[in-house]
Amino acid sequence: MSAKTLLTVENVNFAVRGNPILQDVNLRVAAGEIVALIGPNGAGKSTLVRIVLGLLRPDGGRVSLQPGARIGYMPQRMTVADTLPLTVQRFVTLGTRASRERVRAALAEVGAARVLDAPVQAISGGELQRALLARALLREPELLVLDEPVQGVDVNGQYELYELIGDLRRNRGCGILMVSHELHLVMATTDHVVCLNRHVCCSGHPDHVARDPAYLELFGSEGARNLAIYHHHHNHRHDLHGVVVATGERDDG
Amino acid sequence: MDEFLARALLGGFGVALAAGPLGTFVVWRRMAYFGDTLAHSGLLGVALGTMLGINPELGVVGACLAVALALVLLQRQHALATDTLLGILAHTTLSLGVVALAFMETVRVDLVSYLFGDILSINIADLCWIWGGNLLALGALAWLWRPLLAATVHEELARVEGVPVFPVRLAFMLLIAVVIAVAMKVVGILLITSLLIIPAAAARRFARSPEGMAVLASAFGCAAIGLGLWASLRWDTPAGPSVVVAATGLFLFGLALPGRSWH
Repeated sequence: MSAKTLLTVENVNFAVRGNPILQDVNLRVAAGEIVALIGPNGAGKSTLVRIVLGLLRPDGGRVSLQPGARIGYMPQRMTVADTLPLTVQRFVTLGTRASRERVRAALAEVGAARVLDAPVQAISGGELQRALLARALLREPELLVLDEPVQGVDVNGQYELYELIGDLRRNRGCGILMVSHELHLVMATTDHVVCLNRHVCCSGHPDHVARDPAYLELFGSEGARNLAIYHHHHNHRHDLHGVVVATGERDDG
Repeated sequence: MDEFLARALLGGFGVALAAGPLGTFVVWRRMAYFGDTLAHSGLLGVALGTMLGINPELGVVGACLAVALALVLLQRQHALATDTLLGILAHTTLSLGVVALAFMETVRVDLVSYLFGDILSINIADLCWIWGGNLLALGALAWLWRPLLAATVHEELARVEGVPVFPVRLAFMLLIAVVIAVAMKVVGILLITSLLIIPAAAARRFARSPEGMAVLASAFGCAAIGLGLWASLRWDTPAGPSVVVAATGLFLFGLALPGRSWH
């Protein structure tokens, strides 16, 4: 893929009280490209994301975003306090003012139109992830940054979310940087995988990374076995609401 | 109606109107203990104001702001948790206030009226302070509403979306300081947080939007003022604590009503 570069991370270093969290990390995301950042817990994935977003300042190195590019950010799994009465519509428009029609369209795009007027505390984990994605999309982003987008979602739901992320890239042409801690789930949708464990252990095409000795050492044979499991195909799936759908179609809500 | 009662009602309503919407944010952000700490530091503000010969209300705003800033700075170290820091600040400032007042032998300060309020002695000048301060706080809160709400729901997401989270948080602390300074006369330093928390808590079950909850909290607060003053006159009880008991009564009454349950 030779599209224009949206995001470049060059030789980024970050330490907390002298304890190195990131060392000489390099990364590049181009328009229309999906880059997955994988690695075990404590590998610095979220730290790197926060540096990319400008929430943390790196100790060394450079992060450059294409001038004028907007970022849509989907944080790690969140909860909204029960004390705050907030509908999904209000939640989605907290960052960007938008008409009800635009909100409805954004929710429909992520397959969650039916929760428009539901209290944000009453929807499922998968629906909340979709609402967060809709909130990011309302910003018309050039770059989407998704931190563990499928956390707390069951396996079929995870599969659907990744398919949705793939669709977004196709339809909108935005670049996507996403964090995951498992390679096998992101293999099908990802163009480029960066395996992080405080430094970049290996990177490249997902098939290449899956066979890389550095990856196998990091994740052990467990990860490799999971890969085998996820190469089989389901003959049907369940959508967000538990309805069986034929593979290849998606519920648009 | 007696003139002092009319002034008491007007002053109380002024405080309740601003305390409602601000209190909803205190509830949403889980800042009840923080509000309490600022209120406790109010007494130190009174002492400082008297010492410097300036208006006690200004002294209170100053002391509250100083404590809020001290907390922000102290939070940068991670050895002690926030509630520990708040506990240290709350009781230190309250005690310092009492000690400082004791040193000023020439000045007679009615400690009980500062601690529990003296709503029946509100005069015209107090009313000007209360309504001026609270209208200012309400206006500023309306202006801050969207960014503050976004930052309350998810601070980092709000930052990525362009909300200047830190200045917004500081401005919110300033508003709480202003409301505490002017509410002191009504319910006193020890009970101010209740006017922020209880009406907002009572409003939660009946609200469907953040704004609805804010308006309802104001209404509950005003009702508590009216009810508390009436009870205070009827049974000759202290006015400030009566208002708080009335607020709690309304809260319990609300629990008993069939609310608009969402879930």
